[in-house]
Amino acid sequence: MESISNPIVHIKHLTKSYRRGGQIVSVLTDISLDIPSGEFIALMGPSGSGKTTLLNLIAGIDKPDSGTLKVGGIDIATLSEGELADWRAANIGFIFQFYNLMPVLTAFENIELPLLLTQLSHKKRQEHVELALSMVGLSERMEHYPSELSGGEQQRVAIARAFITDPVILVADEPTGDLDRVSAGEILAILKRLNSEMEKTIIMVTHDPYAAKTAHLIRHLEKGELDVTD
Amino acid sequence: MHFLKLILRNTLRHKLRSGLTVLGIIVAIVAFGLLRTVVDAWYSGAEGSSDTRLITRNAISLVFPLPIKYQERIRKIEGVTAITHASWFGGVYVSEKNFFPQFAIDAKTYFDVYPEFLIPPAEINAFLIDRKGCVVGRKLADTYGFEIGDTVPLRGTIYPGTWRFTVRAIYDGAEAKTDISQFFFHWDYLNETRKKATARKTSRKTDWVGVYAINISESNRAAEISNKVDAMFRNSLAETRTETEKAFQLSFVAMTEAIVVAIRIVSFVVILILLAVMANTMAMTARERIGEYATLKALGFSHHFLAGLIYGESMAIAFVGAIIGILLTFPVTDKFSEQVGTLFPVFGVSLETIYMQAIAAFSVGITAAVFPAYRVAQISIVEGLRSIG
Ligand SMILES: Nc1ncnc2c1ncn2[C@@H]1O[C@H](COP(=O)(O)OP(=O)(O)O)[C@@H](O)[C@H]1O
Ligand SMILES: [Mg+2]
Repeated sequence: MESISNPIVHIKHLTKSYRRGGQIVSVLTDISLDIPSGEFIALMGPSGSGKTTLLNLIAGIDKPDSGTLKVGGIDIATLSEGELADWRAANIGFIFQFYNLMPVLTAFENIELPLLLTQLSHKKRQEHVELALSMVGLSERMEHYPSELSGGEQQRVAIARAFITDPVILVADEPTGDLDRVSAGEILAILKRLNSEMEKTIIMVTHDPYAAKTAHLIRHLEKGELDVTD
Repeated sequence: MHFLKLILRNTLRHKLRSGLTVLGIIVAIVAFGLLRTVVDAWYSGAEGSSDTRLITRNAISLVFPLPIKYQERIRKIEGVTAITHASWFGGVYVSEKNFFPQFAIDAKTYFDVYPEFLIPPAEINAFLIDRKGCVVGRKLADTYGFEIGDTVPLRGTIYPGTWRFTVRAIYDGAEAKTDISQFFFHWDYLNETRKKATARKTSRKTDWVGVYAINISESNRAAEISNKVDAMFRNSLAETRTETEKAFQLSFVAMTEAIVVAIRIVSFVVILILLAVMANTMAMTARERIGEYATLKALGFSHHFLAGLIYGESMAIAFVGAIIGILLTFPVTDKFSEQVGTLFPVFGVSLETIYMQAIAAFSVGITAAVFPAYRVAQISIVEGLRSIG
């Protein structure tokens, strides 16, 4: 157990179970984890080991049963639904395995979406989106709909949507899980830049060892518990 | 701006599904409007009636007549300003399906009691001097192409033989609710013809009329004057029953009340079916997009925003359907009116019907979204996201 002063994510004795049918299935039994600000961490582990569940808890879209869960110093388990929504909008950028873009919105509009929850003017939003598009190399494709983009391009749009509001933490659940090697490499390179140049804390779930190598720190999750490796 | 764009694009996402749903709304709104217009037409006689007019009929039943000599006695009652009479003729013009009411009237007094029938003075004079002349309503004239000077043959069902009348006047209605599909001719002609027939064969009474129509000075004296009239003929050979024209007309409608109630029920059932169709569309739509809604929630959008998207889409579909449906109601009712001819004297889409159509579509739009919006608000983000992939 390393002790870091002022970790951005502070987890202690965290447990989470789900009710399935009449039975209670324990998913996370006793998780303790501190993630320092600016870290790029990869969570690995076999399918069903609880990686997504842990990520969802950190990202504030699920609630733990017991234990401590502090993100940016805030005990997010105590926040109400509405407070949590605002907190997520301000602090978390989401990257999903299947991109989760709105099919009826263009690349530009998808990236702009989270900014609608801010006070930014139309002009400011436009500037931000154009900058984000150039950062992921899709300036030429901004009028395209998700169905007109490749998987790798869609994921780049999704990454731009995740960092457009300048959140502290990016959570990525198998971001390369649905991509070929080349596209995956591009995605990982962008994440690496976001971490090194923009100092984003990145928490990435993956079962691809190649992807995990991009991270600075790798943690293995097995049967609801974390092991320190490497 | 973005919100409306999202709603619009979501609505157009499944063009076939949205299109079919809109079609369903159009059909339901038109059917609803048509049925309500039929019900309105049913009551139009009562709607168009005056509250300073009384109708006196035989107390036993409308099919029994009253003696002509009552006219002068009623006229003398204080409060009565004018009196006339009308007798149902029940003739057939060419074929049974060409139904329109025909009355043998007291030509000199009738149009004083019914000032809402507007006739040019030259035409009324021409009618008054022609014993075999007749007056037809504008709608009747338009439907059958009657023109001044034309001969109209009516085959009598109550009074035997074929009766030929010459069109001397065409009347218009003072108001939209005025019945302009009636046919009037001289009672004197009918009565004299009957007299000649009975002189040869005996029996069959003459000098009898169907009903008296009475104008009174003030509408709030209707009950009092009615009682006076009926008291005058109590214990006589033909007792009378006097009531306001509205009550008289409603007593006709009452005979067919069950049909009207059935039509009313059907018009609301149509809306219920529409609701089921709409609710199904919206439930299907929301179920398909549960992953998208969960993603929006994860990004920090409130469930009010999501509910807004769902209500917005439902309302957009309902709105388009309602507009087209309401606009189509006019040509459809016109066509229907043409088909049924003069069966309904007054047939038009009322403002109230249009309001009802709009309210029905609006309620359906809102109600269809309630369940999907609730479900989307309730579902957890984690569960919603799991549905993707
Ligand atoms: N909402 C849920 N309801 C019931 N069981 C769940 C739910 N979410 C996750 N689980 C179960 O918890 C376990 C861990 O799931 P997950 O965190 O998705 O694992 P991983 O991402 O490592 O594959 C699995 O057995 C999964 O079936
Ligand atoms: Mg997972």
